[in-house]
Amino acid sequence: MSAHLDTIEQITAGGGDSYKYGFVTEIDVDTAPPGLTEDTVRFISAKKQEPLWLLEWRLKAFRRWQTMQQPDWARLNIAPIDYQGATYYAAPKNAEGPKSLDEVDPELLKTYEKLGIPLGERAALAGIAVDAVFDSVSVATTFKDTLAAQGIIFCSFGEAVREHPDLVQKYLGSVVPQGDNFFSALNSAVFSDGSFAYIPPGVRCPMELSTYFRINQAKSGQFERTLLIADAGAYVSYLEGCTAPRRDENQLHAAVVELIALEGAEIKYSTVQNWYPGDENGKGGIYNFVTKRGACRGKSSKISWTQVETGSAITWKYPSCILEGEDSVGEFYSVAVTSNHQQADTGTKMIHLGRNSRSTIISKGISAGHGQNTYRGAVKIMPGAAAARNYTQCDSLLIGKSCGAHAIPYIDTRNSTARVEHEATASKISDEQLFYCLQRGLTPEESVSLIVNGFCKEVLKELPMEFAVEAQKLLSVSLEGAVG
Amino acid sequence: MTKLLEIENLHARIAGGREILKGISLAVNAGEVHAIMGPNGAGKSTLSSVLAGKPGYEVTAGRVLYNGTDISPLAADERARQGIFLAFQYPVEIPGVNNTYFLRAALNAGRRTRGELELDAAQFLKLVKQKLSLLDLKDDLLKRPVNVGFSGGEKKRNEIFQMAMLEPKLAILDETDSGLDIDALRAVADGVNKLRSPGRAIVMITHYQRLLDYIEPDFVHVLAGGRIVASGGKEFARELEQTGYAHLERAA
Repeated sequence: MSAHLDTIEQITAGGGDSYKYGFVTEIDVDTAPPGLTEDTVRFISAKKQEPLWLLEWRLKAFRRWQTMQQPDWARLNIAPIDYQGATYYAAPKNAEGPKSLDEVDPELLKTYEKLGIPLGERAALAGIAVDAVFDSVSVATTFKDTLAAQGIIFCSFGEAVREHPDLVQKYLGSVVPQGDNFFSALNSAVFSDGSFAYIPPGVRCPMELSTYFRINQAKSGQFERTLLIADAGAYVSYLEGCTAPRRDENQLHAAVVELIALEGAEIKYSTVQNWYPGDENGKGGIYNFVTKRGACRGKSSKISWTQVETGSAITWKYPSCILEGEDSVGEFYSVAVTSNHQQADTGTKMIHLGRNSRSTIISKGISAGHGQNTYRGAVKIMPGAAAARNYTQCDSLLIGKSCGAHAIPYIDTRNSTARVEHEATASKISDEQLFYCLQRGLTPEESVSLIVNGFCKEVLKELPMEFAVEAQKLLSVSLEGAVG
Repeated sequence: MTKLLEIENLHARIAGGREILKGISLAVNAGEVHAIMGPNGAGKSTLSSVLAGKPGYEVTAGRVLYNGTDISPLAADERARQGIFLAFQYPVEIPGVNNTYFLRAALNAGRRTRGELELDAAQFLKLVKQKLSLLDLKDDLLKRPVNVGFSGGEKKRNEIFQMAMLEPKLAILDETDSGLDIDALRAVADGVNKLRSPGRAIVMITHYQRLLDYIEPDFVHVLAGGRIVASGGKEFARELEQTGYAHLERAA
């Protein structure tokens, strides 16, 4: 153990030069020892062969994290997290997955079937080495060629650090500063990998940036770091996550996503999340504590967040927009489901700085079982945001007698010419609606699914089409057993 | 020949409440149109709810046979897939759910049960066009969410349209005429008349005499105080037109 640490220290102590030229000695330890110290951070950075500037960036975040406390203001019951008991780096386990679909848990395959996941992707999601199943190389190559032809950069965060360090350095941490919150500081210190995209001026990205990414989902880590930049007049639609149920031995997932839209640019960021939610007694399950923020830097820029959150034991996230540019637009569309013993405290912050900026918030919360669902939103109109407008609609649907739905909206206006509208409803699936569906021959499950999808329609229609269909199925599957 | 519907001494109440149906007996054959008339509180809605299997009601005595089989073990959706249709008095709105999508889901649910092939979007649309022209309806209600923003008349016509699409064996029309003006009533009645067929029985539940002018029944029954107090054929219907049924209520 100590021999390996010496090696790390040798390399990191050598200064910038030895990093630039890469390692001579290979570190063959695959997993960091449990615990989180400066050495862990150095270990991670060394394993990834990162340049010195990034190691220093991580260390700064780590030192900041050490001075912070886990926040407890949310409407969430969080069992204490043992930060020192977890492992912060583990190499991807390629050799240990199933060799073919025959070795995969049939229940899992049944779920993929129910969700309508394309056959070609089921193997990858189940952890079967992708090259064993189909010619992934050619798929990836075609995709990359199309993008490269337009000057679009789309790669892993790690690759971006190596190939486009100037872009990364310019924007990393500019939307979510390291010290923004406890979890962003943690992520900044130990982030594993994630996505990076840069769309050049005037370019409309010709495809959903998701297909390729999904194939590699099986290997994504617990502290993802994503950075997307749309230069002036550019457009990109990005989809994160997938409907397939996902498990991980690591309980805490604290990702950070930063989006930057320059003048006239538009970023559409969609998330479908179905991490393991814990069993029906509320044991186990992923904690999904994410910091996502978009900066509409330029005039008439636009960032739109769409999320369908059905998994995780606890979901804690507020994808937000900082509307700096004049005439900039921020949107947030959300469906969050809490069933069994799941909890969610989610919503958004729309910070209006630019004059004539506009924001729209449509939040649909569905609670079933013993789920507790809280919408927390903040609309801030700063003094310079003359004629700013916000429209918020926050609807809750309660299924059964033991669940809860809560709404905590904050509105803070410091400009008297702004207009802010807030509407909220709380309802249950009416017996009349259910009986109407039953009387037409639909089963109780089909009926609930239909009514719930109708309730979520305004949000689901914002999703890229291929995912809208899967999301509908996901909603049905998530609410199985919730009625009756 | 097995009767389509046989109600034998049916007693029923709202779960945990007082008894509302106090011994109803009725037999309906396929091809027949029956009217059940009566004042408010007589038990008309309770009867249609119990037949349709609406949760919250208890049968305390007697039974209901559909095609010779006791339907009490069947849940509401199973009864529906067996061909029992209820045209609601107050059709509920289902926001965000497209009327066409809803109908296709319902139609295919029934087809699956009967072992028939489900209709794809194109085949379904063809059937829709057929039924729309049969009922002389416009297609704009197809594009809207189920019953959302529909006027009273449109809601009732949507019920009849659904009946046309689902082709039930037993159709119970619960106060289909309530809330309708003459023109709307005429349109709805035309639709129902076009759906009369030898394989189908229609039971109309109504408060008002005038519906019987538009949809001529084969049999009329007067329901009062939870019992059928009088029954008759076409002649009886014409008689009731003159006398009303209040005197029969008092006899109950």
